[in-house]
Amino acid sequence: MIDPIEPPKRKNPLLRTRLPTAPPRPRSRRSHGFTRAAAEGRFMLQRCEACGSFAYPAREACPSCLSADLAFVDAPRRGVLLAETTARVPSDVYFRERAPWRIGLVKMDCGPTIVAHLHADCSEGAAISMSLQLDKSGQAVAFARPEGETPNMADDRQWREMTADPKFRRVLVTNGRTVVGQEAVAALKAAGAKTVFVGVAEPWRPFAGEKLLRGQDGIEIVALDAADEKSAADLAADIGGKVDILVNTTEHVRPGGLLDRRGTSIARDEIDQAYLGFINLAQAFGPAMRMRGADGINNSVAWVNILSVYALANWPAFGSYSASQAACLSLSHCLRSELRPGGVKVMNLFTGPVDTEWFQTVPPPKVAPRAIAQAIVSGLRSGLEDMYVGDVAEEIRQRLAANPKALERELDR
Amino acid sequence: MTTSLRTPYDSVVMAAPVTVPYARYSIESAQWWIGRALAGLVAQAGIKASDIDGLCVSSFTMGTDSGVGLTQHFGLCVRWLDTIPLGGASAIAALRKAARAVQARDADIVACVAGDTNHVDSFRLTLENFSRFNQDAVYPYGAGGANSSFALIARNYMRTFGVTREDVGRIAVAQRANALRNPHALMKAPLTIEQYLAARPISDPIHLFDCVMPCAGAEAFLVMRDETAKSLGLPAARLLSTIERHNAFADDPMQVRGGWAMDVGELYTMAGVGPDDLDIVQTYDDYPVITMMQFEDLGFCAKGEGAAFVRAHDLTINGDFPHNTSGGQLSAGQAGAAGAYLGLVEGLRQVLGTAGPTQVKNASLGLASGFGMINYDRGLASGAAIFAGPSR
Repeated sequence: MIDPIEPPKRKNPLLRTRLPTAPPRPRSRRSHGFTRAAAEGRFMLQRCEACGSFAYPAREACPSCLSADLAFVDAPRRGVLLAETTARVPSDVYFRERAPWRIGLVKMDCGPTIVAHLHADCSEGAAISMSLQLDKSGQAVAFARPEGETPNMADDRQWREMTADPKFRRVLVTNGRTVVGQEAVAALKAAGAKTVFVGVAEPWRPFAGEKLLRGQDGIEIVALDAADEKSAADLAADIGGKVDILVNTTEHVRPGGLLDRRGTSIARDEIDQAYLGFINLAQAFGPAMRMRGADGINNSVAWVNILSVYALANWPAFGSYSASQAACLSLSHCLRSELRPGGVKVMNLFTGPVDTEWFQTVPPPKVAPRAIAQAIVSGLRSGLEDMYVGDVAEEIRQRLAANPKALERELDR
Repeated sequence: MTTSLRTPYDSVVMAAPVTVPYARYSIESAQWWIGRALAGLVAQAGIKASDIDGLCVSSFTMGTDSGVGLTQHFGLCVRWLDTIPLGGASAIAALRKAARAVQARDADIVACVAGDTNHVDSFRLTLENFSRFNQDAVYPYGAGGANSSFALIARNYMRTFGVTREDVGRIAVAQRANALRNPHALMKAPLTIEQYLAARPISDPIHLFDCVMPCAGAEAFLVMRDETAKSLGLPAARLLSTIERHNAFADDPMQVRGGWAMDVGELYTMAGVGPDDLDIVQTYDDYPVITMMQFEDLGFCAKGEGAAFVRAHDLTINGDFPHNTSGGQLSAGQAGAAGAYLGLVEGLRQVLGTAGPTQVKNASLGLASGFGMINYDRGLASGAAIFAGPSR
């Protein structure tokens, strides 16, 4: 059983901030099958299509029958911890700073043995549940937890290295004028965030839902218009060193594609708000977040984008908007690479049409803003990179994997 | 006694055991250390470098060089060449290949050499780049290196067979006593069982004195036919038998035995001797618990009786079971791939009667083993050789 983590003390500004280091990063190309699984919170292993046996570590041929047909498939998570050890003097800086570090060898019920990071409540001879997590290098690692819940489970020191739990952290939600933004604030606060800063452009102008935010303990409305470079920079100068999680709720949805619009003014707005807004936020807040990746219990850990799933495949009815989302998706991969030295995760939530006024004419199913907010929290708690929220998003993901051309033709309706 | 179906090593001998004294750190390259070992072979055998027509090399730190680059580097013109990257099993593997080469007259004099340097950062780099499975599935887990991997094996072994740290410690303590007589051993202070038990933990249950000290050094010997040795007037040891095995018992969920257990019958059958006939035993001691496992797998006692065996025997030079007489890697140091050679080279000195301060009286029949390559969750490579001195 583990003790709950204590709320972090006020930081002494005179002390040096501990700089982030990263665990070993090199992996074989095949091994990134695990990275793909971990990004979505799935547990996958290679299984031989010819003889059915599971294999681990990542291989190029089946050790039972030499077949090269080793697909990554969802695998049973249960195993038994055979032996454990505690590394006290690791040779690598990241682990040396975090020693003692506990690992073990797990015999999976489906066959292979896996060296894994251990949750403190795992014990030898007992059953465990295995997951793949993204570590501070952004690489997939196996993590064994006890089957079932244990007290203060998420406060485990090694688990918290793999995740971005909002507990005791300070969050900036960039746009509090939207319903999604307001739901995100509530969900993050409920998840134990110490402070949620809520960006509102021209906050003296009244807006719907304002009562939910004003005068609430631990919620601070701050002036922020992401599309305005100076506004983002001014806010970062004020709270940039206190943002542990940034949730980019910028949203600018307009219907229409190319030929039925005149000129570029609407497209320019879409780009200004979504794409250039993203750049402004990244340049204002990214550097400090990257630097604070190892800054104690409330180190900076994650950047969250809420993107349309049509970033992955253009939906002509909202064609120009889809393109602005695709631009943001591409930029998120650049941001992920640039935040990686700090161990800060970039999580993208892909949603179908949200149940808000700008998708008024779109038939259901639509995603409830609250479902997006809950997904943000669960994704952070699990340390995910890609989440598909709602039935439409999940369907697009599957159809894209099955046949991108079919998806393109069928979105053209 | 059953007979081995393998071709006997008739007339294959080993000569000129060379140890280039180790250094904790060295600013020299691996090639420098290998060069010193070759020079040592030539000097001890009284031959010219041009008489060497076969070369077998092992090293972790030669950079981009392989054996062929070394031929030009050292001005050797050989007609048989091998590079063996088998870590702690390299010496036995080199001996096996060289023996067949000289027996078949593909070569007349093969130099078997292993050498490594140890720069301040080179051990960490070796750990980081050890193997693909290690890179993908071990090193990112706490970066404990071999210490953590063997800690898992040791913990499981000790629990399974009721072995205590004190049992394992007897091996390390006896080897330190031996090392105090070896002027080249890096460890020069006596070690008591109390000190062993009180040492700081490294990766539980591995504590400080369970670990070898990485260092720079080189080891070497010559392999030739008996007639060649006689014509050179070289004292030589006859090779009686060898075994080698890789990835044995892959279905064991955790390693509690090495590949020796699969081939040990053949080892003694081919040599025509039994475990009790041996005068000296040199095991591969990257961790004392691995040595205990070898006592079982090499037939000195049954599986699970390793602890009772070390309690019942004195493993020092003057004891009833002289073992790792130079102090082994635990007390002499682990010079990378040369660690694989340390036991075999010391064993040759023993049966040739040239071991000096560590000499076991009347030693004529010896065994040396190798163990290497913890690729993922277990040591994959194992080997052993039995050899006899001129007095036998």
